[in-house]
Amino acid sequence: MSILEVRNIEKHFGATQVLNDISFSLEQGQALSIIGSSGSGKTTLLRCLNFLEKPDGGTISVKGNMIFDASDPATQLEKEIRTKRLHFGLVFQNFNLFPQYTALQNVTLARELLAAERGGESKEAIEAAGRELLAQMGLADRANHYPHQLSGGQQQRVAIARALALHPDILCFDEPTSALDPELTGEVLRVIRNLAEQNTTMIIVTHEMAFARDVADQVIFMDGGVIVEQGDPREVIDHPKEERTRQFLSRYSEN
Amino acid sequence: MFLTVIGALNEGFLQTLKLFLVTLIGAIPLGLVVSFGSMSRFTPLRWLTRTVVWVIRGTPLMLQLIIIFYIPGQWLDRSPWPGGETGRFMASSIAFIINYACYFSEIYRGGIQSIPVGQQEAGMVLGMTKRQIFFKVTLLQMIKRIVPPMSNEIITLVKDTSIARIISLQEVIWAGYAFLKGSHGYSGLTWPLFFTGVYYLVFNGGLTLLFGWVEKKLDYFR
Ligand SMILES: Nc1ncnc2c1ncn2[C@@H]1O[C@H](COP(=O)(O)OP(=O)(O)OP(=O)(O)O)[C@@H](O)[C@H]1O
Ligand SMILES: [Mg+2]
Repeated sequence: MSILEVRNIEKHFGATQVLNDISFSLEQGQALSIIGSSGSGKTTLLRCLNFLEKPDGGTISVKGNMIFDASDPATQLEKEIRTKRLHFGLVFQNFNLFPQYTALQNVTLARELLAAERGGESKEAIEAAGRELLAQMGLADRANHYPHQLSGGQQQRVAIARALALHPDILCFDEPTSALDPELTGEVLRVIRNLAEQNTTMIIVTHEMAFARDVADQVIFMDGGVIVEQGDPREVIDHPKEERTRQFLSRYSEN
Repeated sequence: MFLTVIGALNEGFLQTLKLFLVTLIGAIPLGLVVSFGSMSRFTPLRWLTRTVVWVIRGTPLMLQLIIIFYIPGQWLDRSPWPGGETGRFMASSIAFIINYACYFSEIYRGGIQSIPVGQQEAGMVLGMTKRQIFFKVTLLQMIKRIVPPMSNEIITLVKDTSIARIISLQEVIWAGYAFLKGSHGYSGLTWPLFFTGVYYLVFNGGLTLLFGWVEKKLDYFR
């Protein structure tokens, strides 16, 4: 059984249709890369999965449970959305770290709030886990730095640790390196690659084609709100079947 | 003579101080309510609030004060305000609170709207409630941004309290002027009037230090 089943997702902003009949599934421990030109709807799709946008049509199931059905209001209750969001993590293009908290506090804040509500873990345990995550990101010595004291690459790695702290079933990345100088993208990609090697279930929107081909188990190419082509990365990226995919990829091989 | 004058000025400044504090205590929370109104998704409420704010900010506080103090008495049979200093103080407080709430509301609105939506969205995807996001994520960032404009506005308020003299509230300038025209057996004394300036300078000096300290406290993040 797939960990994630997305069926027939539709999304409109006013009169413009941004997502059109998007369906795919993802297996536990696999990485899915989404590629496509600007405006093709990649961010909107991730935002739908994270309940930051509400799809107009379609269903989303996680581990066999229907967590969203556009035609069933009972799956859209405001108070349940919060818990459902926890199935997913989201790493933003521009990090969105909380500036008034240190790297460690950024990582532990949400988990501490959850623990305060539901009981369970002690503050010490959460903090230890947070330090552990930062160490895993190569940031053990930056735990007490504030975001403005960190480079972009370091900030993004803190953001990844922050998302991982809640143990999401599926971790989503929205162009995690687009806001970074080229010399800093490597360190973030390395961290994501490590996560893939540890079989973290991930959806990665990226313009780094070489990275997508290496790391992903599956690639989706989107254009104009539809999935044009999907499958094994070596098929889609190296031997695309569709003309639109070829055109898109040719822009990357030229430079 | 000096002690008599200082005693009278102190009494006047006490009134100044009272008006200042009452205005802050009323306008700081009321301003928040007004700012929510001016950002409401309910369009009529938003426009109504913004129009009121526009009128209050676009007309002199002195005019508002005169209207609040004198006009109800003209329209009703008798003035709703209690007689004497109590009534003058109540009318002044209400005019000042409304006026300053409108100014504060705009500062709050600017502060709230200057926080990138990404902060809220980051909180949401981490499973935080709206409340948690407000108190744990956005509030301190907002405070950091509103402290400098608020401190300007509050220092202006200290000086603006003297406007209440127009309805004869016995604040410090009223007390100083009294020695010029005749009071406590003195008349023609000019220095008490100059001396009232010292009160403002000292008080505003203290406030400037306080706000500087707060800004410094919030300097640890950007
Ligand atoms: N809140 C919104 N309101 C109206 N239109 C929107 C909104 N968000 C996105 N759009 C539109 O939806 C389309 C898809 O946007 P989206 O951000 O999902 O594209 P993307 O594939 O992530 O692009 P990029 O590679 O530039 O990040 C675009 O045409 C965009 O203008
Ligand atoms: Mg995007």
